Amino acid sequence: MDGLKVSKANLTVYLHPSKSIDVSEAILRELSSLLFTFSEVLDGVVLAYDINSLNNKNAKILSGVIPYFGVPLSVDLLLFSPKPHMLLEGKVVKLSQESIHVVVLGFSSAVITEKDIREEFVYKTKHEQDIYASKSHKRHVIKVGTMIRFSVKSFDEEILHIYGSLMPDHTGSIHWLEKHSDLISHTDRNAKKRESEGELTTLKQDSIDGKLSPLDTAQKMKKSKKQKIQEES
Amino acid sequence: MGRVSGTEKQEFTEMENAEFSDFQLICHVRDALSAVTLGDRENYDELVGYLHRKESPNPDEIALLETTLKALSGTVSSIDSVHHESLLSALYRMSLWNYGTSIMDALIELIISLAASNGKYIDWSLELLVNNFTPPYHLMNNLKQEIGIEKKNKVLSRVHAAFEAIAVLVPLAPLRLSPIVVQRMPLIYSKGPEILMYVENMLKLESGAIGEIVGVTMLPAIVDRLIELDVEIGWDGLLHEDAKGIFEMELDDAELEDGDDNMLAAEYLNRKSLEGNTIADKLDSLIELTFLHLESCQSSGRLSEVFDVLLRSFKRTILNAYKSKFTQFLVFYACALDPEDCGVKFAMVLTEMFVSNVYPPNTRMSAVAYLASYLSRAKFVSAALVASILQRLVDWCLNYCQSHDSIMNPRAHQVFYSGCQALMYMLCFRMRSLMDAPRLKMQLLNMPMEPILQHKLNPLKVCLPTVVVEFLRQAKAAKLFMTSESFAFDDMLESDLSRAFGGIYRLDMFFPFDPCLLKKSESYIRPHFARWSKIKCDGADDGEFSETGSEASDDDFADMNENDMIEGDMMVSVQAGLDFDPDLNRMSITPKNKPLLYLHQHNARMPARIRPSTSPESL
Repeated sequence: MDGLKVSKANLTVYLHPSKSIDVSEAILRELSSLLFTFSEVLDGVVLAYDINSLNNKNAKILSGVIPYFGVPLSVDLLLFSPKPHMLLEGKVVKLSQESIHVVVLGFSSAVITEKDIREEFVYKTKHEQDIYASKSHKRHVIKVGTMIRFSVKSFDEEILHIYGSLMPDHTGSIHWLEKHSDLISHTDRNAKKRESEGELTTLKQDSIDGKLSPLDTAQKMKKSKKQKIQEES
Repeated sequence: MGRVSGTEKQEFTEMENAEFSDFQLICHVRDALSAVTLGDRENYDELVGYLHRKESPNPDEIALLETTLKALSGTVSSIDSVHHESLLSALYRMSLWNYGTSIMDALIELIISLAASNGKYIDWSLELLVNNFTPPYHLMNNLKQEIGIEKKNKVLSRVHAAFEAIAVLVPLAPLRLSPIVVQRMPLIYSKGPEILMYVENMLKLESGAIGEIVGVTMLPAIVDRLIELDVEIGWDGLLHEDAKGIFEMELDDAELEDGDDNMLAAEYLNRKSLEGNTIADKLDSLIELTFLHLESCQSSGRLSEVFDVLLRSFKRTILNAYKSKFTQFLVFYACALDPEDCGVKFAMVLTEMFVSNVYPPNTRMSAVAYLASYLSRAKFVSAALVASILQRLVDWCLNYCQSHDSIMNPRAHQVFYSGCQALMYMLCFRMRSLMDAPRLKMQLLNMPMEPILQHKLNPLKVCLPTVVVEFLRQAKAAKLFMTSESFAFDDMLESDLSRAFGGIYRLDMFFPFDPCLLKKSESYIRPHFARWSKIKCDGADDGEFSETGSEASDDDFADMNENDMIEGDMMVSVQAGLDFDPDLNRMSITPKNKPLLYLHQHNARMPARIRPSTSPESL
C-alpha cells in the first residue's frame, strides 16, 4: 500500500522541570501526544514511534521563566501521508447509492462518492444486502466488509479524512483484483490453464449478454472451480 | 444505508406524494441544492421551510419532514457548508425531543451520513448530538412523568447508538467527542435536572461501546464539577459569599417562616433543600447518580479500571482540595464495593504518597490525613491491613526521629507531626479491633511507639489535643505503653501548636471522611461507615469514661437517650436532613444554649471537620 513510510527523525523533546523525576515516561508521553495527528514538519500522520537512542545524555536547559529542558532524541517514525493518485487499501464499512465509506488502517475514514465510482459499478440490493457489482465482471463485487483498493483524490489533514475515487481501472475489490491479475499472468503456461481461462471468459460473456440468475452463476462458478481443480491435479 | 427497497416504495404510494420514488426525490433535492450555487433558491428555500418547527404539525407536515430528511440523507455530498448555511442551521436547531420516533430515526440517519461524508461536519454532527443530551426547556418538567421517561429513553438510546455508528464510520470521532462533551457541561449554576441529565449521559458514554476512548475523560470531568459544587457549599448548605458570620447566622437569627423558636436549624436547612435547586441538593443527586454508576460498573466487572481513573482524578484534584467535604466519598464507596482490590489499593497509594518525599509537604500531609480518616471509618477494611499500614507509619516515624535530632518545631517537622497524629487517630478508632485479634495484638504491642511519642520532637504536645487525650486514654486502658506525663488540655480542641503544624489549610484538623451530611448519599455510605459513637459504646465496659459527655444543664436534653447524644461525630446543629433516625429530629438546640453545648460535647466527640471552629478554614 502506498502512503506509508518510515522516517528517521532527530527530535528534541522539551520537558517541564517537574518531569525531571521520570524523564523517560515524560518523553513517551510527549511522543504519544503526536500519535494520530498530522504533523506538517514530518509531513504525515504519526502512527508509531520507536526511540532509537538518546543522542547524548545532556539536555539543554532553556532560559526563561520556566526552565524547560530539551532532550535530543533519534526516533524512527511510521508515517502515513496519502497524496493524490496514490492507491490505498481499506475495508468497506458502509454502502449506499450515494457513497462508499471505507476505513483505512483502522483509523482513517475515507469516502468515495457516487460520481467518483466508475460506470462499471452498479448499485444493487442483492439478498437484502447493498452491493456494488461490476457490470463487466460478474464476480467483482463490493459489499460491506470487502477490502478495496482505491485512489486518493484529496486528504483532509485535520480530521484525517480521505476523499477517494474508484475511477482508475486497477481499483476495486482487492480479492478480485489479485485473482484477476494472477490469471492474466499465467497465460503462457500450459494449455489446460488456457482452457480454464476460456471458461472464465465465456462466463463473462454470459453475464454481459443475458441476465443470469444467482443460482446459475453459482452453479457455473462451482463447475469451473471443479474443472480447475481437476485440471490442476 | 441506501433505502432503495421495495417496502419503502410501498409506503410512499400510500402517501400523497405517491408519484415519486425515493430516487426521484433524491434527485429533486440534489437539483435543488445545486441550483443554489447558480442563484436559484426557490426549491431550496422550500426545503428549508419544511425543516422549521411547527407548533402542532399535522400528519402531512410530519410526513413531509420525514421525506425531506430521508432525501437529504441520500444526497449529503451535495450539501455545501457555505451555500447551504440556512439548511444546516435549521437542522442544527432541530431537537430530537420534539418529534416522534420516525422523524428521530430520519434525523439521526442524516446526521450520521453527514458526519461520514465530510470531515467538516464531524464536529458539527457531534455537537448536534450532544445538544440532545438534555431536553428543551419546555419539556424539562415532563421528565418526572412516565411519558417523559419513555421519551427520554427513546431519544437517548438513539443518540448513543448514533455515536457508535459514527465511530464505526469515522474511527477518530470519539477522540473529538470528549472535548466537546466536557466543554458543554452545564455550569454549577444551571438547574439541577439539567446537570443531572447531562451527567447521566456522560456516565452512559463512559460505560458504552466507545467508553474505552471517551470514558477516560468523562469521570474526571464529572469529579471536577462535583468539587466545584462541593466547595461552594457553606456550612448552612446554601450558597454563601460571606462565611465569617455563618454560624451565628444559622443559629442565632433563625428567621424561620413559622416562627417556631425551637425548630431545629436542621429542619430549616431541610426545607431549603427541598426546593431542589440548592447546590447541596444538586451535589447530593449527582453523587447518588455516580454511586449507582459505580454499582453498575461493579456488576459488569469493570470497577477496577474505573477505579484507576477515579484514583488518578482523586490524586490530581480531590486530594488537595481541602474544602471538599463530600466528593471524596466517591472513592470511599468504590472501595466499599470492592474491599479486597480497590479498598487495599487506595490505602497503599496513600501510604506511598506519604512516605515518598517526591511530593510537596501539603500533599503528603493531606495524604496521611486521608489515610487515617479512611482506615478509621471504613468498616470493610480488615484489621490486618490496618495493622500493616500502622507498622509502615510507625517505621517511618521512627526513622524520622532517629535521623532528626532536634527539638519540637511544629512548622519544620509538620509532615512528621501529621504522621503521628494519623497514627493516634487511627488507633483511637481501631485499638479495640486490633487488640481483639491475638496476632495483631502482638504486632501492635511490638510496635516501637514509645520512642516516637517521647522523642525530643514531642508529638504529644504538638498534635491536636483531643486526639492526643483520647489516644492516651485508650492506650492506658489497653496497656500499650506507659507515659509519665499526663496531659490536661482543658477541653481544648486545638492548641496553638497544632495550629502551627496544621498550617494555613489547618491540616491538623483535616478529617476528610467525617460523616457525610448529604441525605441521599449518606444512605449509601451508611452500611460501610464506622461511627465514633458505636465505637465508643463498644468500649463502654472500660468504665473509664461516661457515655454522656455532656453535663448539659438544659432540660431539653433530658429527653434524649444516650445514643442520640453521642450519635455521629458532628455538632447536632449541622445534621441537616438526616431524618433516618426519628429521635434525632426531636433534638433541639435553642440558640442560647449553643456555647454550652459546644464545650460540653467536646468530651464525647472525636474532632470533626464539620464544626464551627474558629479556624480560618471557614473564611
